[in-house]
Amino acid sequence: MNPIKILVAAKRVVDYNVRVRLKPDHSGIATDGVKMSVNPFDEIALEEALRIRERGEASQVVVATVGPHEAEAQIRSLLAMGADRAIHIETTRETGPLEVAHVLLQLVREIEPGLVILGKQAIDDDCGQVGPMLAALWGRPQATFVSKLTLAGGCAQAVREVDHGLETVEVDLPAVITTDLRLNTPRFIKMPDIMKARQKPLEKRPFETFGIDFPSLVVESYLPPPEREAGLRVESVSELVTQLRDRGVL
Amino acid sequence: MSDSEALRYDVLVVGAGPAGLACALTLKTLKPSLSVAVLEKAASLGAQSLSGAVIEPTHVDRLLPGWRKEPLDIQVPVSADRFLYLGYRRALRLPTPPQMHNAGNWIISLGALVRRLGSAAEALGVEIFPGFPAAEPLWDNGGALAGVRVGDFGRTREGAVGPNFSPGVEVRAGVTIVAEGCRGSLAKTLIRHYGLDQGKSPQTYALGMKELWQLPPGRTIPGSVFHTIGWPLPTDLYGGGFVYHLDRDRLAVGFVVGLDYVDPDFSPFEAFQQFKHHPMLMPLFQGGEILSAGARSLVEGGYPALPTLEMPGGLLVGDAAGTLNVPKIKGVHMALGSGIQAAEHLVRTGSPTGFDQSFRRSDVGRELWRVRNIRPGFRAGLWAGLANAAFETVMGGRTPWTLSNAEDWKSLRPRGAVRGKNPRTRTRTLPPRDRLAFVDSAALHHEENQPVHLRVADPALCVSECSTRFGNPCTRFCPAGVYEIVTDGGGSRLQINAANCVHCKACDIKDPFEQITWVPPEGGSGPNYANL
Ligand SMILES: Cc1cc2nc3c(=O)[nH]c(=O)nc-3n(C[C@H](O)[C@H](O)[C@H](O)COP(=O)(O)OP(=O)(O)OC[C@H]3O[C@@H](n4cnc5c(N)ncnc54)[C@H](O)[C@@H]3O)c2cc1C
Repeated sequence: MNPIKILVAAKRVVDYNVRVRLKPDHSGIATDGVKMSVNPFDEIALEEALRIRERGEASQVVVATVGPHEAEAQIRSLLAMGADRAIHIETTRETGPLEVAHVLLQLVREIEPGLVILGKQAIDDDCGQVGPMLAALWGRPQATFVSKLTLAGGCAQAVREVDHGLETVEVDLPAVITTDLRLNTPRFIKMPDIMKARQKPLEKRPFETFGIDFPSLVVESYLPPPEREAGLRVESVSELVTQLRDRGVL
Repeated sequence: MSDSEALRYDVLVVGAGPAGLACALTLKTLKPSLSVAVLEKAASLGAQSLSGAVIEPTHVDRLLPGWRKEPLDIQVPVSADRFLYLGYRRALRLPTPPQMHNAGNWIISLGALVRRLGSAAEALGVEIFPGFPAAEPLWDNGGALAGVRVGDFGRTREGAVGPNFSPGVEVRAGVTIVAEGCRGSLAKTLIRHYGLDQGKSPQTYALGMKELWQLPPGRTIPGSVFHTIGWPLPTDLYGGGFVYHLDRDRLAVGFVVGLDYVDPDFSPFEAFQQFKHHPMLMPLFQGGEILSAGARSLVEGGYPALPTLEMPGGLLVGDAAGTLNVPKIKGVHMALGSGIQAAEHLVRTGSPTGFDQSFRRSDVGRELWRVRNIRPGFRAGLWAGLANAAFETVMGGRTPWTLSNAEDWKSLRPRGAVRGKNPRTRTRTLPPRDRLAFVDSAALHHEENQPVHLRVADPALCVSECSTRFGNPCTRFCPAGVYEIVTDGGGSRLQINAANCVHCKACDIKDPFEQITWVPPEGGSGPNYANL
């Protein structure tokens, strides 16, 4: 099999150690001074792409992100991890999954990768839709929630984590893969690689140049999950029954 | 690792706090041809910075021209300052000590300032590496400091090489600037190695805890600054609270206690939480939410404890040296000033030699000298301390003596040997419920399967002498609940919940047997504060 190109998509999200909070006016998530990171599933996606490249089965790994100017910090860390080049589609608006899928589709047409690897979902909105939408728009097969991936003879064999256990599927390349937690453990970034990453090509493109102007997801408001009320300790079965009756449960 | 793989710089700065970044920025401004790198243990810039912070802005104006027009995440001019003595019920307004007048000063977030300084430094070509702690010093053949080795990544709890192991690189430099802040681990090693503290008074410390709150609308008076002494502390304990009203209904509240306290049963965390329940404060917080919280030690020894600031191949700046001005409780402008001084000295002379002298003669050094006797005066108790402070202030520091300090780890008295009544306490209802809930707001990241970074020399001592004499004070002085004595199977033992550690360093300072050593955990571990 000839070495392929791999496109990895990655998103800047609130770090997983941070307890997410709303802005006081509920217009969005508070990010003032909050630690931002690469979506962990996307790091796994890049790690897998790098391992494929290191096995000689890929020639180049390109990473792309759609996000604000500040996402450059995350892009730089992905280049330091080992991506060959990066494309940063800059926008200040909150893009929904369909818009991102359309952007990626245009990149796919241009780069012609043999594989697109993405996280199974971003830990901020947990949509989990970009991968499947891209596969549909592109008209290519997909394997989602992948915990083991092997390439052979123009196909990818993927073990998927599904509700009833594991499922093994085979897809023709080019294909879309979304990663699950167990696929791999991303490597640590090395200091010399951070310096090398500063020389790697990082292309910036305004989101507007993609001509995507359909109304996407409109978020009306954000609400915190309702707080659980304190429990009540009952002394006897009869008290329990009375309490349940009073609340109209029985 | 072979020598050829080492990274090399003209100047290496350890610690991206105000001192380190001011130094790096000034170096590159004065001499752009220098190669300058900064190592920082936090995963991102400012994520482990914690301060009040009411700051004197002079150095910021110089380092970041235009910062006033492009505000930091928190940046509010001080509009009023009050100094209060708290009783159990009442608050008595005291005249604000002259050092604590804050006209022209700003309330900021140190984390936000550090991020801004970092961007400015990077724009000038300084290479900043967040997530890479300096683990140990490197020496050249002549015994001079020659750089540092960065900590390893991917070691298992037992210290073995894990599947993703990545060894820490060597970073070599002509001059290494140690800017780790209060009780730096590298600084501690170097001060001992070169005997930089010889002939100086012992260094002393305090522990500070802080929470940033989002309050229901309309409660704050932006720019109002309150400092308190008194309740809930006993009068022989040096410390107090601060409340800073910010904009956008945010408020910073914190509490600082001198680590020279004597009662092993005292709990700094509990005192902080009690403080918030004073009837003057409690209504502020009800219905509010904690945005971020953490703890950090402060260096309080001042001029008498200031070590020699230079060593072959290296310099100490900021709180790693101990430049904080205690009566003002301000260290940021001192840290910035000492970083600038260090850079100017290096560019002028090309070597660390003579920095100790030039620092002491500078404005920053002289400011520290003038207030040298105020904090030691409080060893005689609150009232004697205040009287001494007033006297020293009138004299402008020209008193013919210099009071000295004692080591904080020596100050604990055995359990039961402490006389005097503890102030009354209140039932707590405000968050955080306990220390676990407190560190929940520190957004800690700590890979569990890594070597424990809190090294206890002789764990047997914990369950024998320490337990009988002091009742294991580590289980109380740690504001993050890292230390626990657990009883299982064969008896009791010390359990170290290293993943809770917020890097305040109180244990390294206060343990009565001086047997706890804090070393940097794997890079990027620890708290991720949001604008503290
Ligand atoms: C609760 C509290 C309230 C305060 N209030 C005020 C105030 O109102 N006004 C004021 O002016 N000052 C105040 N201070 C003091 C002020 O914060 C300090 O004096 C100042 O931050 C010191 O700056 P620094 O650069 O020396 O150290 P730090 O700010 O501590 O910075 C040191 C940096 O080095 C990093 N580091 C440490 N060790 C290593 C290592 N081995 N490798 C890599 N990186 C490392 C740390 O993570 C940190 O980022 C307060 C302090 C506290 C704790």
